[in-house]
Amino acid sequence: MKDRYKFLILVGAFIAAYFIPFENIKIQKAILEAFYMIQDYAQKHVLLCLVPAFFIAGAISVFVSQAAVMKYLGPAANKLLSYSVASVSGTILAVCSCTVLPLFAGIYRMGAGVGPATAFLYSGPAINVLAIVLSAKVLGWQIGLSRAIGAVAFAYIIGLLMAITFRDEERKNKAMAIPAIDEPKRRLYQDVMYMASMIGVLVFANWGKPMEASGIWYAIYTSKWYITGLFGIIFAYTIWRWFEAKPLPIIVTGIAVIITALFSHRWPLIPFSVAIAGMIWITKVSSDETKNWIDATWTYTLMIAPLLLGGVLVAGFLLGMPGTDNGIIPSRWVSTLVGGNGFFANFFASVVGAFMYFATLTEVPIVQGLLGSGMGQGPALALLLAGPALSLPSMLVIQTILGTKKTIVFIIYVVLLSTFAGMLFGWITG
Amino acid sequence: MKIQILGTGCAKCIKLTENAEKAAKEAGVEFEIEKVKDINKIMDFGVMMTPGLAIDGEVKSVGKLLSVEEIKKFLTK
Repeated sequence: MKDRYKFLILVGAFIAAYFIPFENIKIQKAILEAFYMIQDYAQKHVLLCLVPAFFIAGAISVFVSQAAVMKYLGPAANKLLSYSVASVSGTILAVCSCTVLPLFAGIYRMGAGVGPATAFLYSGPAINVLAIVLSAKVLGWQIGLSRAIGAVAFAYIIGLLMAITFRDEERKNKAMAIPAIDEPKRRLYQDVMYMASMIGVLVFANWGKPMEASGIWYAIYTSKWYITGLFGIIFAYTIWRWFEAKPLPIIVTGIAVIITALFSHRWPLIPFSVAIAGMIWITKVSSDETKNWIDATWTYTLMIAPLLLGGVLVAGFLLGMPGTDNGIIPSRWVSTLVGGNGFFANFFASVVGAFMYFATLTEVPIVQGLLGSGMGQGPALALLLAGPALSLPSMLVIQTILGTKKTIVFIIYVVLLSTFAGMLFGWITG
Repeated sequence: MKIQILGTGCAKCIKLTENAEKAAKEAGVEFEIEKVKDINKIMDFGVMMTPGLAIDGEVKSVGKLLSVEEIKKFLTK
């Protein structure tokens, strides 16, 4: 960061500190609300949801071969296949937008062309593992699932539309420098078992209490810690057997988890935390692969956690906890602008989402706050679909790659489709 | 020797720059490091997976955070 910007930030902080009327009761309430919101996240979402999700994101970035995926997006790739891969590859290729843009530029200029490139550009930030997991946990599985499905479907449609709109254009072909694909160390089923056991832990540890105290969902809920533990054991087996994790730390961790679980069965977070601490230890002292994995996990945590903390504070301050009207922005403004499920509400949410910059994951607490202040389900989904894929800064970069005309067309497609999807979702859930 | 780090400024690119600097010093070669951050210039190298490493204009590795030892091998060849 240049000194000039640091100076401007300092001046801004000074002016804010000088003039903000802290004696005003509304301001005081809003500040308190920001801290309530932080506490709510700390209690409900960090240990069971975010921490395992960071481990999974780290594992994906280390163990899934990007090169193997890229070969489906090269110039000679089968068209149908390249669209399909582009629409879903965001889940495994991109955890933050800084990796999306170079890949996008590469697919556009050297690879499969404008269609798959825009498909990838759209789906990349929208369907990464962390975003889907946190949306489902905080906003409900309906929105989480719709977001995932919507993002993949949209990527397909937007890519095809772009390819049709600009079918006549020429591009210079340049050889793509694809790294050599390493000989796989493990068989596919071994990798799948490893990933699936981690996802199992994540899903069952977060299993919510259903409304009725009977039936299959409730049965799963009451035994969720046993199921989680079972997945944990499978996971321990996979890292010992195929990732060269040392057996001694695994056994010690296992025993520590069992002991803490026996003595504190009313506080499942304690054995869970012990298990996480054990994981860090195991990965730190075992093979190069596990070290790379924990490093990647840590990099993501460092990158995303501060942004998310800031996002939660801002959402709490501006909008208040869901169900209250204590934020700085009055609830009735929100419900007038984006309440219900009309065309205007959805369109407005899409446009705002497209231009506003959301740092990775911060869209979740903001939408949570907006929903609590009276935003409709449809506009919420519209915002989530248009939001992470585009922002004013990213538009500028995209413009240097695609040119002004294509960029504008792309933005229009994203906004229109998000509006439409929002209305559809609002109509289904409403 | 001209070492170019291709990357838009992500955490891995910064780490690779550090590693390259260390490797070049340990190998005892004359070097200058250039960080290529402009996405279109990175594309001109044919690189789409950052961080990439180029030595004297030739791409040596893409999409990988190389260790100091690995970079040294490229430098001494």
